[in-house]
Amino acid sequence: MVLFLIASGLSLIFGVTRVVNFAHGSFYMLAAYVAYTLATTLPLGAAAFYVAVLLAAFTVAALGTAVEMLLLRRVYRAPELYQLLLTFALVLVVSDVVKLVWSSENKTGPSAPGLAGAVRVAGQLVPTYDLALIALGPCVAAALWWLFYRTRWGVLIRAATLDREMVALLGVDQARLFTGVFALGSLLAGLAGALQVPRQALTTVMDAAIITEAFVVVVVGGMGSVPGALLAAVVIGVIDAFGVLVLPRASLVLTFVVMAVVLVVRPWGLLGRPEGQGRSAGGAVAAGLGVAVPRAVVAALVAALIAIPPLLPTFYVWVLVEILAFALFAASLHLLMGTGGMVSFGHAAAFGLGAYGAALLVRWAKAPMLLAYAAAPLTAALAAIIIGFFCVRLSSIYFAMLTLAFAQIAYAIVHQWYDVTGGDNGLLGIWPPRWLATPLRYYYLALVACGAGIGALAAIGKAPFGLTLRAARDHARRAEAVGIEMRAHQWLAFVVAGFFGGLAGGTFVFLKGSVFPESLAVPVSVEPLVMVLLGGVHSLAGAPLGAAVYKVLDTVVTRYTEYWQLVLGTILVLLVLVFPRGILGVLGARARD
Amino acid sequence: MTDDGPVLDVRDIRRAFGGVRAVDGVSFALARGELRALIGPNGAGKSTFFNILTGQLRADAGEVRWHGRPIGGLPPPAIWRLGISRTFQITATFATLTALENVQVARLSHTRESRALLTPAARREVAPSRALLEQVGLAEQASRTAGVLAYGDLKKLELAIALANDPALLLLDEPTAGMAPGERGALMALTARIARERGLTVLFTEHDMDVVFAIAERIMVLHQGRLIADGTPADVRADPQVQAVYLGEEP
Repeated sequence: MVLFLIASGLSLIFGVTRVVNFAHGSFYMLAAYVAYTLATTLPLGAAAFYVAVLLAAFTVAALGTAVEMLLLRRVYRAPELYQLLLTFALVLVVSDVVKLVWSSENKTGPSAPGLAGAVRVAGQLVPTYDLALIALGPCVAAALWWLFYRTRWGVLIRAATLDREMVALLGVDQARLFTGVFALGSLLAGLAGALQVPRQALTTVMDAAIITEAFVVVVVGGMGSVPGALLAAVVIGVIDAFGVLVLPRASLVLTFVVMAVVLVVRPWGLLGRPEGQGRSAGGAVAAGLGVAVPRAVVAALVAALIAIPPLLPTFYVWVLVEILAFALFAASLHLLMGTGGMVSFGHAAAFGLGAYGAALLVRWAKAPMLLAYAAAPLTAALAAIIIGFFCVRLSSIYFAMLTLAFAQIAYAIVHQWYDVTGGDNGLLGIWPPRWLATPLRYYYLALVACGAGIGALAAIGKAPFGLTLRAARDHARRAEAVGIEMRAHQWLAFVVAGFFGGLAGGTFVFLKGSVFPESLAVPVSVEPLVMVLLGGVHSLAGAPLGAAVYKVLDTVVTRYTEYWQLVLGTILVLLVLVFPRGILGVLGARARD
Repeated sequence: MTDDGPVLDVRDIRRAFGGVRAVDGVSFALARGELRALIGPNGAGKSTFFNILTGQLRADAGEVRWHGRPIGGLPPPAIWRLGISRTFQITATFATLTALENVQVARLSHTRESRALLTPAARREVAPSRALLEQVGLAEQASRTAGVLAYGDLKKLELAIALANDPALLLLDEPTAGMAPGERGALMALTARIARERGLTVLFTEHDMDVVFAIAERIMVLHQGRLIADGTPADVRADPQVQAVYLGEEP
């Protein structure tokens, strides 16, 4: 029921505005906290809770309206990637704001007055409140139905989900329609969050938990379809319940497998409509010219990376290794999104599976470090062969969603396969052998591996394959009409990117001596996206540059404040709104003037 | 290919969009080395028909034979590999690549090197690509990005791209659309010369009647998805049905 509220709002916003709103879960969390505070402070006695729920929902709706008018409105015409990143920035900001205001301690909310007890249903005790929520579900659905099918505004919304351009041409004020839809969606999220207060403890990670589940529901039901959201919420709810009974240790995997299957078989979801045909996985990034970095600069940089580290304190050497690993990771993603125009939201799968590939070999096969290290890129490439096979069949936004689903499946497997992967305890003690274990020696190994990786990626970008990939990104139909099999090329790009992403993951494992499921989680997929954009999406050189700037910022900022996400979120907003071409893009434009 | 039969044989092709019969039973055959025009008013089904020939669309019914072999339903890359090349009504080039790279991509696809990972592309297929640019008169623009080329140059670039697989059949969808009248004749004369030199078969659609009647050896007229005339320029000019539906006011 709560899931339906969340998912229908998310689906509605996507259907009309084509924005995948990551921040939807954050609105939900925010509403829960606001409702908690109001319910415990308002001097209204028993009514306080109900007033708090409504006030919280409307507060969040107002916030959603403000966000839409101030931020999102500027990027509707931008490529999808920028919209995704903007809403992701909001996730980061809201998350830290919640920590600032309410602290990270879990909070237990008041129960709903009058609905606090439990009733016996079929021999089981069921909280009265849950029954009330279940009853509320059809009411909200009916209200939405009335809104969509019996009001003029609803007709406009349904028309807009079918054909935005046409509605605009008919003289409908799109800006107001979009704002209204965003407000309604936020209201639903707010209502869901506030109603959740009596049911569970409030935590600062409840946004992430709900948004991934809501995504699954929206994708399964069909993006933009409210009835689909209702159907899928029920389906997923049932699968969850059965999953826990039948396969308790694979329950997390199950929902994402369902999502992946639906995306592969029916990308537009159970009740959605197919998009216009002929779009390929590419095209999610604005085309633009690269900035050539002079050879002398590269040579000087390499010389500095060889000569300077012995002079640095150990801490900085470690930071440098981390930068190297992420420079390679970002560069591998650049092949996909920069050269190929395919935005992956699950590149963490390459990084994490590479990392686990190496760590598991060390842990279970007692493999020598170098062998395990070499296995990292191979594991990731192998996974990319399978994942890529399915993903390159989909057009841009669905491609992003399916990569996300696969990364989540990998995450769930690693998280729940306790006996082999150690679950959330991770795998510890994955160190390089003694002869490599000094910071400096490991640094040079990483420099050679990551340097070679980035060099190889640069060569691939300039090879016939890279040129062909850019051509396919620029104009898919033209590319096909000169004999280029798009999917085969995109698949190969996916595998190559996976290979080098895995090498980066392997470098990271032996740096940290451990690996955790978090290496496969969504933030690890988003980090390289940010790095690539920060450095400049139109040149490969932007990826390592962005990685370096990002990691240095991270290191510096976390030294002064624990609210790194707030800073990062703000940087992201600026990036998307002010410098979409990144550092190299700005420098390049200067140089051309 | 030594057969003397038609290069391309099209039989009773049909394609509907919803209730609209865009192509409604088109049949004809192209002989080797022919330069034929397909004309018809906007919405007559010309582009739909082209997209069926090159695999972008599937026909609902009918058959397309290439040297006697059925090729209906093959995807665009496979059609290209047979030696059938096309240009698009709305110019389609690779905007961030240079003119030379645009042609190189097509050449590398032709030589099946497009998946080479580590050899630098800057040294592959350069000479043939330059030669193609030279042929269409774009040698000077080789290192400029396609995105900044003038419209007429883009049309020439598309022609160069389309020639990259040494095609036997060239399908040109409104090759001069959007160009200045003076440029149109020049580009079509160039196309005709190249076609003759290479022994190419050419089928093109065109709105500019001066161009059509100056260049085409034979003309087909498509109207509401059907061929209503097929003959020499003189025949077509004299056809009362064509005059009625299409040339109307123009004698």
